[in-house]
Amino acid sequence: MASSTLVSASAEPRHGLWRELLRRPAFAVSSAVALVICAMAAVPQLFAGWFGAGDPRRCALVDSGLPPAPGHPFGFDIQGCDLYSNVVYGARSSVLIALLVTAGMMLIAVVLGGLAGYFRGWADALISRVMDVFFGFPSLVGMIVILQAASTHNELTVSAVLILFGWPALARVMRGSVLAVATSEYVAAARGVGSGTSRILLRHVLPNSFGPVAVLTGLNIGGVIASESALTFLGVGLQTPAISWGVQLNTAQQYFLTAPHLLIFPSIFLTVTVFSFVLLGDALRDAFDPRLR
Amino acid sequence: MSSLESLPGYDASAPLLSVSDLHVRFGRAQVVNGVDYAVDGGRTLAVLGESGSGKSVTARAIMGLVRPPRGTVTAGSVKLRGVDLLTLPEESRRRLRATTIAMVFQDALSALNPVLSVGYQIAELFRAHRGLSRKEAHKRAVEVLDLVRIPAAARRARDYPHQFSGGMRQRVGIGLAIALNPQVIIADEPTTALDVTVQAQIIRLLREIQREHGTALVLITHDMGLVADVADRVAVMYAGRVVEQGGAAEVYAGPAHPYTEALLGAIPRPELRGRRLAVIPGAPPDLTGPDGGCRFRPRCGYGVEACEQAPPALAVGPGRLAACHEWKRVATP
Repeated sequence: MASSTLVSASAEPRHGLWRELLRRPAFAVSSAVALVICAMAAVPQLFAGWFGAGDPRRCALVDSGLPPAPGHPFGFDIQGCDLYSNVVYGARSSVLIALLVTAGMMLIAVVLGGLAGYFRGWADALISRVMDVFFGFPSLVGMIVILQAASTHNELTVSAVLILFGWPALARVMRGSVLAVATSEYVAAARGVGSGTSRILLRHVLPNSFGPVAVLTGLNIGGVIASESALTFLGVGLQTPAISWGVQLNTAQQYFLTAPHLLIFPSIFLTVTVFSFVLLGDALRDAFDPRLR
Repeated sequence: MSSLESLPGYDASAPLLSVSDLHVRFGRAQVVNGVDYAVDGGRTLAVLGESGSGKSVTARAIMGLVRPPRGTVTAGSVKLRGVDLLTLPEESRRRLRATTIAMVFQDALSALNPVLSVGYQIAELFRAHRGLSRKEAHKRAVEVLDLVRIPAAARRARDYPHQFSGGMRQRVGIGLAIALNPQVIIADEPTTALDVTVQAQIIRLLREIQREHGTALVLITHDMGLVADVADRVAVMYAGRVVEQGGAAEVYAGPAHPYTEALLGAIPRPELRGRRLAVIPGAPPDLTGPDGGCRFRPRCGYGVEACEQAPPALAVGPGRLAACHEWKRVATP
């Protein structure tokens, strides 16, 4: 009898979690915005043609810097291209970089943080000191120097640099939670029933220590998109033939006074995107952190 | 059945589990300082002693769970039928865990992985050690849960540790230990966190399993009543040493070490109702300091000059040992 009530109770939390998430306006709005942005990144063709002009590369210099006009709600950029379709296509590089950087940082952080926390000893000393070096280094300067020296500036190089300077913060969190899990009784028990090191790491340590890093990574997505735009704005990220919000902002700064719409529309998109990802991460953290429930 | 027979040093006539002169060090503290005990198939050895006396650490050292950087086994041997576990390569040692020697942990909730269902955790044993398929292993896991009297085992196998009550959880813990029919089970205070009726059920369960499979059982506890019920032999530990060892009935009838005597004297008895409970004055010694003489000396009422020298384990009767210079005085009522 008691077991049947327990079984039905076990199905409840997951259900309740979803319902509770959907009831939070912050989650509903931010996830909707994030979904739209991701859809824009995946199939910009669907969105770019809404107002007539669909091709971001079809430009006429006569229209250079013209303000919004019928069929061109955001106006034209300095090359005379439709700004709306450019902004829509710009989502792609932001989202691509966000995905690459998030996946890369999480992978490195989980592997290195996990090894450091589980094996301790010299592996821990080495990894922790490397992390300390990164913490003690002004990362923006580091990123600018490396990107200056790089010969190509595409999504991959920018992502690589962001990963390089982003992983230590996550790895330190991972190391901390692995430290706690590795000394727990159930890991000792797993060892006591003859589990090998790889099984202990993959089945027992990893699933129990992954939560904090996952949440932190989610919170970071917005920051990653913002840093990509910052690097591009500073002129060391993506460069002109590429379409990205950062590139658009970078060009816009020179024409800000004569053509303010060049600055305003991409920055609205950038801000809303970053904001919604941060809110989304926040809502997920609140929902999954048992201490806050 | 197990791979024990093929390992070096195997001797069918040697005791099933024998620990000798085991030393374990945690940083500067020598927490186990020359422990000797042995137990044979079908027998129960109770290891008694207060918190911090090294009972659990000895058990963990036997299982190979004392690992650097936290602690190291500095000397001694742990033999299963003559095979010294401490000199065995880690891989062969790992194969023996759960198949030949297994442990029941004190707190079953923290000894179970919270993110895996209990059925999965038991099935894992069959998959890792017996190479069974996922489906077959799950079937065996349900059988094990059934064996440890989990009602509706097939359905409960899919539940997670936090969905079980304390007693049920400890049954799952026992299930994990007995799943592969090990020859030695070390139960580290298996009933400490449970209420008295559940305690009795758990102990009965362990006894039944022992009777059926002829398992050697090392029962670590500080429940003196429990020891009197189930143990064949007792080993009383104090400050990392076995201070007295012998048949359970004899030790209870006539303790030969002042610590055992004090421990037995501290059991509350109905006829002493209303009086002050007996206590052992003082506190357990600081194990980080140098070892000079008998560790119990500061709390002992029998102290003599000779106690400045640590007493060896003296034979005080057939199969009985006591580490006390003055055992004759202690043993005479």
